[in-house]
Amino acid sequence: MTDTTDSAPRTTIDDGAPCTTPIQSATFSNPINAEIRRAAATGIYDIRGGGAKRKLPHFDDLLFLGASISRYPLEGYREKCDTSVTLGTRFAKNPIKLDIPITIAGMSFGALSGPAKEALGRGATLAGTSTTTGDGGMTSEERGHSNKLVYQYLPSRYGMNPDDLRRADAIEIVVGQGAKPGGGGMLLGQKISDRVAEMRNLPKGIDQRSACRHPDWTGPDDLEIKILELREITGWKVPIYIKVGGARPYFDTTLAVKAGADVVVLDGMQGGTAATQDVFIEHVGQPILACIREAVRALQDLGMHREVQLVVSGGIRTGADVAKAMALGADAVAIGTAALIALGDNDPKWEAEYNALGTTAGAYDDWHEGRDPAGITTQDPELMQRFDPIEGGRRLNNYLRVMTLEAQTIARACGKSHLHNLEPEDLCAVTMEAAAMAKIPLAGTDWYPGKPNTSY
Amino acid sequence: MQTLDMAEIDLREMNATLHAQAENTNQTAWEIENPRGAHAIACGLDAPIEVTVKGSTGYYCAGMNKQATINIKGSAGPGVAENMMSGTVVIDGDASQYAGATGHGGLLVIKGNASSRCGISMKGIDIVVHGNIGHMSAFMAQSGNLVVCGDAGEALGDSLYEARLFVRGSVKSLGADCVEKEMRPEHLEILSDLLERSGADARPEEFKRYGSARELYTFKIDNAY
Repeated sequence: MTDTTDSAPRTTIDDGAPCTTPIQSATFSNPINAEIRRAAATGIYDIRGGGAKRKLPHFDDLLFLGASISRYPLEGYREKCDTSVTLGTRFAKNPIKLDIPITIAGMSFGALSGPAKEALGRGATLAGTSTTTGDGGMTSEERGHSNKLVYQYLPSRYGMNPDDLRRADAIEIVVGQGAKPGGGGMLLGQKISDRVAEMRNLPKGIDQRSACRHPDWTGPDDLEIKILELREITGWKVPIYIKVGGARPYFDTTLAVKAGADVVVLDGMQGGTAATQDVFIEHVGQPILACIREAVRALQDLGMHREVQLVVSGGIRTGADVAKAMALGADAVAIGTAALIALGDNDPKWEAEYNALGTTAGAYDDWHEGRDPAGITTQDPELMQRFDPIEGGRRLNNYLRVMTLEAQTIARACGKSHLHNLEPEDLCAVTMEAAAMAKIPLAGTDWYPGKPNTSY
Repeated sequence: MQTLDMAEIDLREMNATLHAQAENTNQTAWEIENPRGAHAIACGLDAPIEVTVKGSTGYYCAGMNKQATINIKGSAGPGVAENMMSGTVVIDGDASQYAGATGHGGLLVIKGNASSRCGISMKGIDIVVHGNIGHMSAFMAQSGNLVVCGDAGEALGDSLYEARLFVRGSVKSLGADCVEKEMRPEHLEILSDLLERSGADARPEEFKRYGSARELYTFKIDNAY
């Protein structure tokens, strides 16, 4: 982008010839140059959360067609539009039945304060859905406030123990995360409080960098045996999810199913709650829009679509996003960043404090530093006190209800009595990129790039 | 003595029978016949029982063990006693990769050799290997003690946290941030207790101690301003 400035005071140089307009480089832009200066000053890469901030093809690039003469709609508010979903029907004795298909993604106690975890549990429970632990073990508060709790099994195995495994409603084996497929967790020293250090069995105040690979299995054949072990330990009762980042969705989904997963959780690069290097967040992984159809194709090729459920995450914000993800073939979605914003993160009411941290409301992404003015992504006792977990739970429940109502509104308009009945044929794409990635026809055509048996 | 014959019952029934043993069970001695390298044998136990596995095992035997004493009469496959919480696991033969991985407590004794990544990410478990251990052992080990009566392979204790490593023989190479440390009286005491409890024929004075230089604990920032 060229940037001209009209505030330059001089239009001629001393000999009277006209000045050239100063032009900022599109390549060496101001943000790039600022990062070069920051790197030169500190000698360390930038670490942050917030997910990929670059503009990417996303759900906004898809539209629903709605009903017309060939399809008739359902009455809003009056005719039934079911939103329930059951996860883990393949092998588990006790599958998880949720009232709404929007779950809360894994975020650790450590990354989040205890009250923030409590609020997620309260809100999700009111809305009839599940929450997920994170890279720091299960707290008793979290277990107490979440009616349905998914226990993550991570490479670090911080706090992992068979008692918590057995009191979980499901187990999620984390292979990868959308923000950093191929990377491990990070929790910097400011957030390693006494309790966090004790739960993770680490020295207090260190900059924790978790392993990126599991310590006791390496490939899909090992993973199958690992799942057998976890099922034996838990008596085949609870569903086992496998979470993968948006790297190679067709193969990753195929291998997860082959290894014995009940549920595949697929996280695109917009997934925002992980702290890691900025270069990792912005340059590794695929946008979620490009991943869903490939994962669904893998499930269909195996005859497992709907028998192994697909949960997608990474940039879900609205009921429209939920409906679009489900129309592309997902059984449910998960939210992380959106849930934190619903709780009050990045709220403009803290603008003065965001400014003091060198940022602004909406752009604050240094969650790993533990200085969150909203008191959510911190272990600082004073900041934590700003956050009321009961009010946070109320807000999250409201937000989940709105998203559900929005998704139902769209489904009824498409004539669907269950969100799961939404289908790719209900959609069109408004950009060529989205059409290609989601394999949805460009609006006004019956074609998308790469459609079999077609040419340009 | 109760006997579970894996030629007659399947893995699920075998583990379910062992899981059904309560804290105060009278049936404290169990034998598993014909393990034939099956995976996940006697994993997730949580009772003070003694289980003897009469043969070699596949992956994750005794995984996440609590309280139980498990003796494998043959060799053990990958991830034996992974994430053990308490109790004792004794392997008469050799152990494959990741023995005692992420273990939080209890004692793991390997009377033969252990392969690579022994004690990886250990979080409080004590591991005694009478023979040698392979490469990348005690990688990111957080706490607990790893005792090796023989030699250690390459990159011992890479990215180590607070675990203590004791090796009697040679160490092919040390991993990043792992250094030899002074053996103080309290270390000799820990070592002599572990050697005795594991029936190892070695004297504490013959060992060297290795630990973390703690230089990777925090990011290095050249903050010139």
